[in-house]
Amino acid sequence: MTAQKPAAGLSKRDFTSDQDVRWCPGCGDYSILSNVQKVMPELGVPREKVVFVSGIGCSSRFPYYMNTYGFHTIHGRAPAFATGIKIARPDLSVWVVTGDGDGLSIGGNHLLHTIRRNLDLQILLFNNRVYGLTKGQYSPTSRLGMKSKSSPQGTIDHPVDPVRFALGAGATFVARTVDVDAKHMQETLHRAHAHKGTAFVEILQNCPVFNDGEWAEVEDKKTRDSASLVLRQGQPLVFGDDENRQGIRSEHGRPRLIPLPPGVDPVEAGVTVHDERTDSVAYSYVLAALARPKFPMPIGVFRAVGRPTYEDLLQDQIDEALQQRGRGDLRALLTSGDTWTVGG
Amino acid sequence: MSSKRIEEIANVAIRFAGDSGDGMQLTGTKFTEATALAGNDLSTFPDYPAEIRAPAGSIAGVSGFQIHFASRDIRTPADAPDVLVAMNPAALKANIADLRPQGLLIINSDAFTDRNLKLAHYDEDPLPRLREQFTLVEIPMTRLNREAVKDLTFSQREADRSRNFFALGLMYWLYGRPLDATVQWIKSNFKGETQEANRRVLLAGYHFGETTELFPVSYVVPSAKIEPGRYRNITGNQALAWGIVAAGVQMGRPVFLGAYPITPASDVLHELTRFRHFGVKTFQAEDEIAAAAAAIGAAYAGQLALCTTSGPGMVLKQEALNLAIMTELPLVIIDVQRAGPSTGMPTKVEQGDLLLAMFGRNSDSPLPVIAASTPGDCFHAVLDAFRIAVKYMTPVVVLSDAYLANSSEPWRIPDADSLPRTPVALRKDPSGFEPYARNPETLARDWVAPGTPGLEHRIGGLEKEDVTGGISYSPANHARMQELRVEKVARVAQDVPPAEPTGPDRGDLLVVGWGSTQGAILSAVEEAQGRGHTVSALHLRWLSPLPANLGDVLGRFRRVLVPELNGGQLAMLLRATYLVDAHSLSKVAGQPFKVREIGARIDALLSGEA
Ligand code: SF4
Repeated sequence: MTAQKPAAGLSKRDFTSDQDVRWCPGCGDYSILSNVQKVMPELGVPREKVVFVSGIGCSSRFPYYMNTYGFHTIHGRAPAFATGIKIARPDLSVWVVTGDGDGLSIGGNHLLHTIRRNLDLQILLFNNRVYGLTKGQYSPTSRLGMKSKSSPQGTIDHPVDPVRFALGAGATFVARTVDVDAKHMQETLHRAHAHKGTAFVEILQNCPVFNDGEWAEVEDKKTRDSASLVLRQGQPLVFGDDENRQGIRSEHGRPRLIPLPPGVDPVEAGVTVHDERTDSVAYSYVLAALARPKFPMPIGVFRAVGRPTYEDLLQDQIDEALQQRGRGDLRALLTSGDTWTVGG
Repeated sequence: MSSKRIEEIANVAIRFAGDSGDGMQLTGTKFTEATALAGNDLSTFPDYPAEIRAPAGSIAGVSGFQIHFASRDIRTPADAPDVLVAMNPAALKANIADLRPQGLLIINSDAFTDRNLKLAHYDEDPLPRLREQFTLVEIPMTRLNREAVKDLTFSQREADRSRNFFALGLMYWLYGRPLDATVQWIKSNFKGETQEANRRVLLAGYHFGETTELFPVSYVVPSAKIEPGRYRNITGNQALAWGIVAAGVQMGRPVFLGAYPITPASDVLHELTRFRHFGVKTFQAEDEIAAAAAAIGAAYAGQLALCTTSGPGMVLKQEALNLAIMTELPLVIIDVQRAGPSTGMPTKVEQGDLLLAMFGRNSDSPLPVIAASTPGDCFHAVLDAFRIAVKYMTPVVVLSDAYLANSSEPWRIPDADSLPRTPVALRKDPSGFEPYARNPETLARDWVAPGTPGLEHRIGGLEKEDVTGGISYSPANHARMQELRVEKVARVAQDVPPAEPTGPDRGDLLVVGWGSTQGAILSAVEEAQGRGHTVSALHLRWLSPLPANLGDVLGRFRRVLVPELNGGQLAMLLRATYLVDAHSLSKVAGQPFKVREIGARIDALLSGEA
């Protein structure tokens, strides 16, 4: 997006609505809301130009708490509503808030097609790996074998990974961040907003009521350095604390761990340098496939590449039509082609 | 100069039938244009298979086009054609039952080979028998066509493609139609040898008629007395698309179409996509649900938004429609109905979606429904639907059907200046704004688009608090909001013109219809009046809400008959609403009513048999 003037004198409070927030105490959604409200005034978009669109689920209550324009729609279809809004009004800053059930189960089709069209939208998918609002059934991202109300013997559904799904759909921007990591989330939201095209952000979110501790390893300050890999453009893929530093090398499409004793330069040791802009989706896939416990979970921007947006391409066609045919004239249309006159 | 006799006739109905690859729809369309230029009133009925290219020569692949034209006002494509042009045995087999006794049967005799007879499941040559029942004229069209193009470098296969122009040229001569417009059209639409072949074959057909002994007479159908004005032919789908463009112009808002391809509605999408220079944005969505969702998104963003669909897609849109009802956003949904249930018969007509449009959603969720009655009326129905949608902030369903979609009629072009101008004002003023405050007269809330400073607010599918639009689970509030939503749609009746029967305003029988059956019903009622019955017709344009005086009108007739191309849906509504003993005449054959089917029921009812 082209830089906009900072919205004059707005603060986090200006983006906070008067509605009482109704999530369960301790829900990861609180910190996500707080970070979004904090980032909003920093984006320089006038408040009236911001629209939050959601589907159904715990996460989808989000728009009610933002003092912007907001549309709480129907289950799974938020990306399609957002598409209509953005095509109609490309000048608006449109944010989709969805969850793992809303976005990847009932709404998987819309998410796929919205991502591939590359409208200039932000899609925030809160992934808590469970259905919260319907009280605790397994979701399409739940780990295989997870016991839940609808899977007392453990799930037999192979889970879908949001990041790989987005990459497969041809996303131009894919990132992952964590509910409790305020700094990283704010940075990621800035990046998502700055990206021209569909920015897909998976936010790992804890549901203390139905799936507590699902992301504990990457949330907990004690374990997160060794359990997660923070992606930085142009930086080698290094994780772990100083005593136990390791790197990752992408070799023929497979990841390999490289131990990094103190004093060893990661790049010289063959560790892959992160490139979110590479043409090769294969590289982003290798990263996205890194799975606990063997590998750290990547956090950050997996992919950020340029491609024309749907709304710009549409505007080009409109301009072309106007140039070739001039502004439409109803009388000329109605009387075009073969007509005949019956005398009075 | 031909020295043949010329006879004047008042009207004639011709059906062209052949393989779907034979160009019968094109032949029919060109004949229609020439007939319109000759100043006749006309009505057409294209009837084609859903399969894109069924095997050549098979009955499944037969495509037909019927045109009825006259020197007087007509409203239907005629019950039985007077002339059948059959390009092969399958076309004969599929259509011969409709040809009127002693009617003119013209066949391409070259196509009546053993192989084709077998493909059409004829065990023996049907022609000897048909000779007794009809005026059979056998013309070796394939050979005459090849003869006409023999010095061109075409392969035989390519040459055979112009056969339909031979039949067209012949019919032009037989019914005194002008050739010029079609010749011009060939020039501007084909190039090189194809152009030359089509032109020559058209003329060859014409001259064959002039010189052959097979036709001792040709006919003229004098031009009809038609209301003065400028005319064009228009199909229902084209009229829908143009009505949508006109709505954008007259209401001064950009138009957004969300659509997913579906027969028989897709042509509206195709046509609208050509109008980007009118500020029309078309979006082909990933499915029917997304099409509705995107349209509602665009409506929320302040645009004149609509969806086009047919039965199966209409079902999928219902959840989204209910959100539009709950969030009180203006939206137009056009359902070009087709025969169901399920996939049914995608190219065939039915009026099966009335109750779906009215009641197909969870809870009580009323919305206005308007039905177009003729191809040209589709234009005005869409304009009316948008006007009501915006005035009352509600989704509105427009019902068309497969018959209106593809049939054409001469349409008096409305003067662009005479169309109602109803510019839309979105709310900009933040002072005293409440998202669900209502206009006292229409109960509409304000239309506010994102991007307007000071009016930031949230809406959604959860129950709203009256006035503020905040989320509310209060029992009293929910009851109040349900009442308001129902009352708002009921108030649309203020904009629905009173019901006015055609014919006496009281009597023995009122025939009530809606949608594309108008022509057949009016014709049947007029004929019955001619037989001395006190019968009137009433055609409903708005089905929800019904005209305020409808109960009174129904009460002035001893009996009520409701012909519908469904199992009796309007009849059920009328019975439930007015406790009137409405008789249903139901037809679900994928075909429009024949005038005589309605006439027979009128006679039976009035003679006390039914
Ligand atoms: S159920 Fe879980 S996800 Fe939903 S609000 Fe409660 S804690 Fe949050």
